[in-house]
Amino acid sequence: MTTTPPTPAPVPGATLRQRILVLYLSTSALDSHVLGWAFYDGSGRTSPTTGDAEEPPYATGVAALRDGWRLIQAAQLIPPYPGHEYDVSFLKHEFFFEQIVDIGDDR
Amino acid sequence: MTTTNITEHLLSSVQMAHFVSHGTIRLDAVVPAELNDEAMEVLPAGVPPVPYGTPVPQAYPEGSFVRRLLQLPEVAGALASLVGPDPRIDHHAVHVRGPREGEAQPLHADAIIDVRRDAFDVQLMYYPARVTLDMGGTLSVPGSHLRRTNESDTGRYQNLRGQSRLVCEAGTVVFLHHGLWHGGRRNDSDIPRYMFKIRFNPTVRQRLLWDTSDLADPRVAAELDTHFPWYEQATARLERYNRVLMWRALTGDDTFDLDHWVTRVSNRPQEAAV
Repeated sequence: MTTTPPTPAPVPGATLRQRILVLYLSTSALDSHVLGWAFYDGSGRTSPTTGDAEEPPYATGVAALRDGWRLIQAAQLIPPYPGHEYDVSFLKHEFFFEQIVDIGDDR
Repeated sequence: MTTTNITEHLLSSVQMAHFVSHGTIRLDAVVPAELNDEAMEVLPAGVPPVPYGTPVPQAYPEGSFVRRLLQLPEVAGALASLVGPDPRIDHHAVHVRGPREGEAQPLHADAIIDVRRDAFDVQLMYYPARVTLDMGGTLSVPGSHLRRTNESDTGRYQNLRGQSRLVCEAGTVVFLHHGLWHGGRRNDSDIPRYMFKIRFNPTVRQRLLWDTSDLADPRVAAELDTHFPWYEQATARLERYNRVLMWRALTGDDTFDLDHWVTRVSNRPQEAAV
């Protein structure tokens, strides 16, 4: 049996916001290399948008973990629908990460 | 312009193979300066819409600005190679990215999901003035045109390795396959960025419409085999498979293949062993 670490108690007066990083990887492995990426910033401190960067923020998904991002969702592995085995469509290996930031006096 | 002039400026097989793998053909600074200057007077006022499916001569009368743009030899040759003679105008539009407007378009393909394997529309994109990196030139994703996605459902993707953020000289024309993922980038400059777009529908079968004298050139297969750094490891192989099917449709050659990708998975011998 494993013990779940306790959730950190909110700091009184803190105003927490979520920052989201989405990484698209080469395979379903989290340590495979980054092909695409997107940022969404709930703190309002930055305004990421389409086509705003040339180089990815991390080389792999694991590199994001090592920098403190928390993985909150990974794409499921879904077999191709019969008759559509050779179709190409959305990027398959999508991983959502979050950081929680205190916007403090930015409110 | 005369038929002879078009013949001299048709795309080569290597260029067509480039279009099949990349989904684009780019003609840098092919429009002369005086026509670009005229465009900067004409386009800000807009170009009145025409009904869907209007033939080119009716949409753009002889002598009009747009007709003269389409009669430039390099433009006419590329268009004839891609969609053949007498295409219809699907629609056209002047796209302006305003100075410091703050938003980019989400990554999208135009119209609705379009899975035709043996036909395609092209979109001409004409940039009458120089576009610098901060002016919100069109973002496009090379090799995305065969992905089966609907319009802006790809809006979540902000950046992909190997994406193209258009920077060009005045008078540049780019032809896009209808399925290519693209979008107007955020204009962080103080200068409005103009682009004139026309979508063309073919009226003939799109087979061997280009200059096919180099069909056996090894660079054809090399172009078709192009890898893009945003492809997933496994899906990159399916991209080749789908390009082979498109090349077969364009050439009528059902034996063409790259690295046995299509042949291997369609091999169903019917002859009984003795």
